[in-house]
Amino acid sequence: MSKHAVVSQILPFSCVDGPGSRLVIFLQGCNYQCKNCHNPHTISLCDACGDCIDSCPEQALSLIHSQALPLPQMRSQEMSLHGDPIPVNHSPCSSPCSSPSKPHIVWDSTKCSQCDTCLAVCPRQSTPKTSHYTVEQMLEVIYGQRHFINGITLSGGEASLQLPFIIELFSAIKSSEHLSHLSCMLDTNGSLSSTGWHKLLPFLDGAMVDLKAWQQDTHHYITGRDNQPVFTSIELLTQHNKLYEVRLLHIPGITDYEHDVDALVGYLSNLPTETRVKLNAFHHHGVKGIGSTWPQCTQADIARLANQLTQRGVTNIVLPSLYI
Amino acid sequence: MTLQDNIEKIVTHPHLSPKQKSNYLALEAENSLPYVAVSERLNNAMKQGIICDMFEGHAPFKPRYVLPDYAKYLQQGSEYLELSPAEDFDDALNALTILYFHVPSVTNIPVYLGQLDTLLMPFTQGLDAEAIYRKLKRFWILLDRTLPDAFMHVNIGPTDNIICRTILRIDAELQQIAPNLTFMYDPAVTPDDLLFQATSNICQCGKPHIANYPLHADAFDARGFGIVSCYNALPLAGGANTLVRVNLKEVALNANSIDDFFAQTLPYYSQLAFELIEARSAFLHQQSHFFDSFLVKEQLIDESRFAPMFGIYGMAEAVNILQALLPNAAEITTTNVASKPNTGYGHNPDANELGLRVSAALDNIVKSTLVTYGYNGRALLHSQSGISLDKNVTPGVRIPYGSEPDPISHIQALAKHHQYYTAGISDILTIDETVKANPQAMFQLCKGALSSGFREFSANVANNDLVRVTGYMVKRSDIETFKQCGSRTNTTGLAAEAAINTGIFQRQARVIAHEQAPFIHE
Ligand code: SF4
Ligand code: SF4
Repeated sequence: MSKHAVVSQILPFSCVDGPGSRLVIFLQGCNYQCKNCHNPHTISLCDACGDCIDSCPEQALSLIHSQALPLPQMRSQEMSLHGDPIPVNHSPCSSPCSSPSKPHIVWDSTKCSQCDTCLAVCPRQSTPKTSHYTVEQMLEVIYGQRHFINGITLSGGEASLQLPFIIELFSAIKSSEHLSHLSCMLDTNGSLSSTGWHKLLPFLDGAMVDLKAWQQDTHHYITGRDNQPVFTSIELLTQHNKLYEVRLLHIPGITDYEHDVDALVGYLSNLPTETRVKLNAFHHHGVKGIGSTWPQCTQADIARLANQLTQRGVTNIVLPSLYI
Repeated sequence: MTLQDNIEKIVTHPHLSPKQKSNYLALEAENSLPYVAVSERLNNAMKQGIICDMFEGHAPFKPRYVLPDYAKYLQQGSEYLELSPAEDFDDALNALTILYFHVPSVTNIPVYLGQLDTLLMPFTQGLDAEAIYRKLKRFWILLDRTLPDAFMHVNIGPTDNIICRTILRIDAELQQIAPNLTFMYDPAVTPDDLLFQATSNICQCGKPHIANYPLHADAFDARGFGIVSCYNALPLAGGANTLVRVNLKEVALNANSIDDFFAQTLPYYSQLAFELIEARSAFLHQQSHFFDSFLVKEQLIDESRFAPMFGIYGMAEAVNILQALLPNAAEITTTNVASKPNTGYGHNPDANELGLRVSAALDNIVKSTLVTYGYNGRALLHSQSGISLDKNVTPGVRIPYGSEPDPISHIQALAKHHQYYTAGISDILTIDETVKANPQAMFQLCKGALSSGFREFSANVANNDLVRVTGYMVKRSDIETFKQCGSRTNTTGLAAEAAINTGIFQRQARVIAHEQAPFIHE
């Protein structure tokens, strides 16, 4: 049986998610709780409480009780693939998903006006605006775009939480006559375990990994998780020549890239020369809670960080293509 | 306002140059003559804004667009201009520059400067790359400074050659408004790295347009074609005698059902458009003496290669209006189309299907209607990209501003229309500026567009200073200062007018407007 995924969004054309023109598939659900998250509603999975239904001005939302909806194959077994075993404060969709008689939220995208009232209402900071895709359905989407893209990128949320779907999708692409020219990339927070990576590696062309902070403490403060698994992932990807990009999201005064610049550079300069070191600038768009009180990162902040890295010998730095 | 008031306003205008004033004065003079004779019904349709003559003037004494056979001219020289055949590169550039001043058009500035690489390659012997670069760069600057109109169009490609590559290099370097540039792409001939250079240029300066060479070439005979002004594809050694356009939105408003639209309204107004085409081209061909010109005598143009363009615009509004006439269409009204970005023309498959039916019907009408002065006796269908005074009506078959889907869905929604618009169609894609750091993405998007049937791929990169005003380029910074200072270029005035009329800069990095219109700015 084909795997399913809970998809929060499909972006048909992106210039910033890997080489060339890319179709980006954002999967719903994340095991981090970043205070600086720009899409906090992609973190939790909907538990079909129904609270958002009446708030929708377009009647785009409803509850159904059948098992017609395919269920995402994630959780217990996949969660264990992620380095950090600490349970996060959401238990993604296990209740609605494992019990077909329980209700599911149905979102009619043709009625939706994208007013985002439902996001504001949701007590779980989730979204009802997700869709379920089987691997076959996703392959159809990709097939329709194949002349326009150089590849696909799985992003999130944390895409690797739905690893079996990704493996099946990537392997189907690699073995398809019409799609095998497409590169398959993963955009990840780096929490996937070595076991998980080894299952994916045969079908993966490259990964973009977030290194959200240098120090364990800082990383834990920002994301709620340790960064040891991230370093392990980066090393493993390096060994297998699959590390396309390491991403540093700079928040002046909060991230420690500048404070620990020597140690950071020592680490980054040992990465393969082809690996891009992508600097991203923190901005407030979408950010909730304390993160929205942090300073935004300006072009000058990025320039200063880039300068410090370059002076100490980091090559292949990629700057943001725009600042908000 | 009386004629004298108008003239007074023009001559005392604070921001127009003497030359620009002369052009507007000439238009006023022409328009003081009675209009070519037309029927009452046509006159009404024009008054109601259903049929439009593009403000070409009351008494057409020159064709709208002229595409001289520059190759023949370089080869034979000109008796009239007392020029012997060009012998070297400098001769060729000099001869071309001279002829450009004798090629009329609706704007008085030539809209077609030739397939420059094919024209110049025979004269490159003995020149090294650096010499070619220096000469062409000077020529490029001369064009921008002496013929400052962004409708003026150079064609290059599809073959790989040093002129083509050098022009691309210079165009990216100079970032000038003029000349406009079309690169012909033929997958069988053009190497990928050349297309890559062209599409990388788009990331830097919004030019060139990429034309689907095999598609265009199939539509014309062996003597060839050129891309001129804003995406007008026309026979080489000929051109367009006139452009008459039909406002599909208004046509749809006059229909009481979809069937009525196809059976009655559309054919009715199309016939009126043909009446206007006949009246205008009869004056040009029979009374103006334009075709006594040396251009004809020296066979640089041929009267039989001029075709009227049958233009259409407002497809998006027409389709949404017609969809609302469906019995079960309670939900699809124009108002909620506006509030729901993913419904209506460009988004909804049924709406797109209906749009395609309209294009097919137009194609059928244009191909089955004989005209007195046409290309093989026919007019050519053109998706017209709007003029600066259009309000609440979308150019050609485009998706309305601000509601465009992502570039790929955009291309897919419109690709099937392209087969019908022989005389050109422009869909401008707005790509966000992240593409600048990833030109591979632009390249792939372009390839995808052409392989799905696009005749012409045009893209604007948001936040480039050079922005496309439908078919031509203006500098954003020029538009912003136009009201205070006037502009050296003729097109910036139009663009400023368009930008003010549509508030376009508040939405997308682009302005609408089109060809020269005889209006001056308050
Ligand atoms: S975003 Fe869509 S689904 Fe959510 S409340 Fe608004 S209309 Fe309803
Ligand atoms: S999106 Fe939030 S509010 Fe709506 S049903 Fe799901 S959990 Fe409840």
